[in-house]
Amino acid sequence: MSETPLLDELEKGPWPSFVKEIKKAAAKNPMAKDLLRLLERSYREKITHWKHGGIVSVRGYGGGVIGRYCDLPEEYPNVAHFHTIRINMPAGWFYTSKALKQICDVWDKHGSGLTNFHGSTGDIILLGTTTDHLEPCFQDLAYCDPPFDIGGSGSDLRTPSACMGPALCEFACYDTLDLCYDLTMEFQNEIHRPMWPYKFKIKCSGCPNDCVAAKARADFSIVGTWRDEIKIDQEAVKEYVDMLGADRIQRELVDLCPTKCIKFDPNTKELEIDNSNCVRCMHCINKMPKALRPGDKRGATILIGGKATFMDSAFLSWVLIPFIEVKKPYENIKELLRAIWDWWDENGKFRERFGELIRRLGMWRFLKAMREEYGIDIPADPRMVEYPRTNPFIFWSPEELEEVE
Amino acid sequence: MAEERPYKTDFGPPKYDLMLHPIIKKNYGKWKYYEVVKPGVIKRVAESGDTIYVVRAATPRLLATDTVRWFAELAEKYSDGYLRFTSRHNVEFFITDESKIDDLIKELEEGGFPVGGTWDATQAKYGLTNIIHTQGWIHCHTPATDASGIVKAVMDELFDYFKEMKLPALCRISLACCLNMCGAVHASDIAIVGVHRKPPKIDDDAVRRMCEIPSTVAACPTGALRPDMKRKTIIIEEEKCMYCGNCYTMCPGMPIFYPEHDGVAILVGGKVSDARTKPQLSKVVIPWLPNNPPRWPEVVQAVKKILEVWAENARPHERIIDWIERISWEKFFEIADLKFTHHLIDDYIFDYCSFRKTAQFKW
Repeated sequence: MSETPLLDELEKGPWPSFVKEIKKAAAKNPMAKDLLRLLERSYREKITHWKHGGIVSVRGYGGGVIGRYCDLPEEYPNVAHFHTIRINMPAGWFYTSKALKQICDVWDKHGSGLTNFHGSTGDIILLGTTTDHLEPCFQDLAYCDPPFDIGGSGSDLRTPSACMGPALCEFACYDTLDLCYDLTMEFQNEIHRPMWPYKFKIKCSGCPNDCVAAKARADFSIVGTWRDEIKIDQEAVKEYVDMLGADRIQRELVDLCPTKCIKFDPNTKELEIDNSNCVRCMHCINKMPKALRPGDKRGATILIGGKATFMDSAFLSWVLIPFIEVKKPYENIKELLRAIWDWWDENGKFRERFGELIRRLGMWRFLKAMREEYGIDIPADPRMVEYPRTNPFIFWSPEELEEVE
Repeated sequence: MAEERPYKTDFGPPKYDLMLHPIIKKNYGKWKYYEVVKPGVIKRVAESGDTIYVVRAATPRLLATDTVRWFAELAEKYSDGYLRFTSRHNVEFFITDESKIDDLIKELEEGGFPVGGTWDATQAKYGLTNIIHTQGWIHCHTPATDASGIVKAVMDELFDYFKEMKLPALCRISLACCLNMCGAVHASDIAIVGVHRKPPKIDDDAVRRMCEIPSTVAACPTGALRPDMKRKTIIIEEEKCMYCGNCYTMCPGMPIFYPEHDGVAILVGGKVSDARTKPQLSKVVIPWLPNNPPRWPEVVQAVKKILEVWAENARPHERIIDWIERISWEKFFEIADLKFTHHLIDDYIFDYCSFRKTAQFKW
């Protein structure tokens, strides 16, 4: 009889099976074999068998390796240590076959032969090795061609990630891959050596479709946008009208515009957009990619504070800077990041995310600090809020009162 | 043998442009439009007239190195040695010769990696894509459920929706194995989240040996913990505890696992894109379903039911939250045949926001 009757069930069915993947690795790797046996036990007992925590690392770094120890080391000796190494992926998760094969060779030499492509933050996850293999594995990756460095973990800058952007997408309003790479290189120290109150994530989306979910999953969300007019190719509009019919254009495009700023004339088969009332939600462009395109004055909106529920509820990022230029060498964005980190590092409590700090101290204190301590003037703007406050419990600074006297 | 090479640090990831297919590199930032040819195949046309076909296949995210090598070999055979992964754990190949698309699809599917996961906004025909998920019992110490197992069970059941484009709008399914909610569950159309239902069992000896008591006490969102100065441990006020498990994250002396009481909650109605309506957080509609490995039938059926009842009733482009906001939550609970219980009325920090402050509602 099979040693893993419960997991064997999950080899059936049409969706690719993770059990098959573990078995494939287990055929030649004792760690993967013990992982399979241990997981079967978790399936039987409905409980995890990983011990709490584990602090391991490589020389020179404080983050990037997640230590893990089995709570039944005698029965499952090959996963007594089962640490994860996070490897910084190339921006947009683009690879050559040669690079991937080199990573596999290094990992077969040092680890379980199991991976995740990819972790939610974006890293390549090398799943399961022993403490003594961490440094040799890291250095073998460092001497691949091209080399792969370790990504972030702990209270540091986590690995930034980006949508595929201009590599493949005509909606991209800035070079997401280049910005992501540039920030990753600029802030290597912040990624590798945790020194902050808690984690901090950056994600780069080329347009408001937000294909890396920056607004939900990053403390600092850089979302591409434009300031001028949507470009219309009326000939291409006519092709869509002929394909879909005027009715569907009205119902599925015009009527769904959130600000009702599009008009469609079924006789001329032409679209007219009142761009001053467009909120750039992308719906019409998504619907007619051949006919409608983002404007030419492009940049990004910076939103801040996105995070999951612990401790002060889940936050979606909110607007800090409605429009910012995104041009190499990105000094405006880097300057803002440095100021934010300095302020948060000074004021943040242990395990307090940046968004929670702002909730505790208020946007006004944050904006005031940016202006007075860092020389970054971010004017309060109605675009920052859904609606103005509903209570009159307002803070005034002594300087504001002096102006009257 | 002494190591000759110097110890390298702080060199970062490879630059992205080393990894780009020549057609992608040549037309970088100069794409004109795209067309969804069929499920899993997207044609991308550059201003230069160059065309590339992107073929998308599912992966289980957890991959053996031999599978990654096999992807690399397929890339060498079909896409000039280049490939990418998507932000939802799918793999994509780039084909310049249209006649090779079906051969690649055949090889991928015979190898067990189905092609699909795309959508066509032009036609309002949407496929279901991969489930963003986490480590579960495979590698994490705080999970209340497994990740890979439920994902496999759900996607086996909803497989046709991945292969075809027959949904009225985007539907993102995500899973997190505990309330840390790694990934995207707090902003997904349908989310599966591991939850506990009993307070931690305090192991006084472990607290003394391994915990920093003040930071553990501070980690409780409801203030249910306080230090016990005399006994040098932590006391819990059980009626204040809603079993979030954050104290266990901080302190090994606070284990919170109960195999028969742990399980999953189902949330719906989150979204991230700005298209048509604003991004929203997901909302709890089923407070608890049991862990029932290996197939989690209760969870699979609940997810399927919600997805299908939405798909039947929604208008083109109407995501789950857009549909619910049109018909009302009371109608959603009725149509989806879900029981509304007191567990679904918020009592966390921002509770008041979600209360009904109008007499406008449906019977």
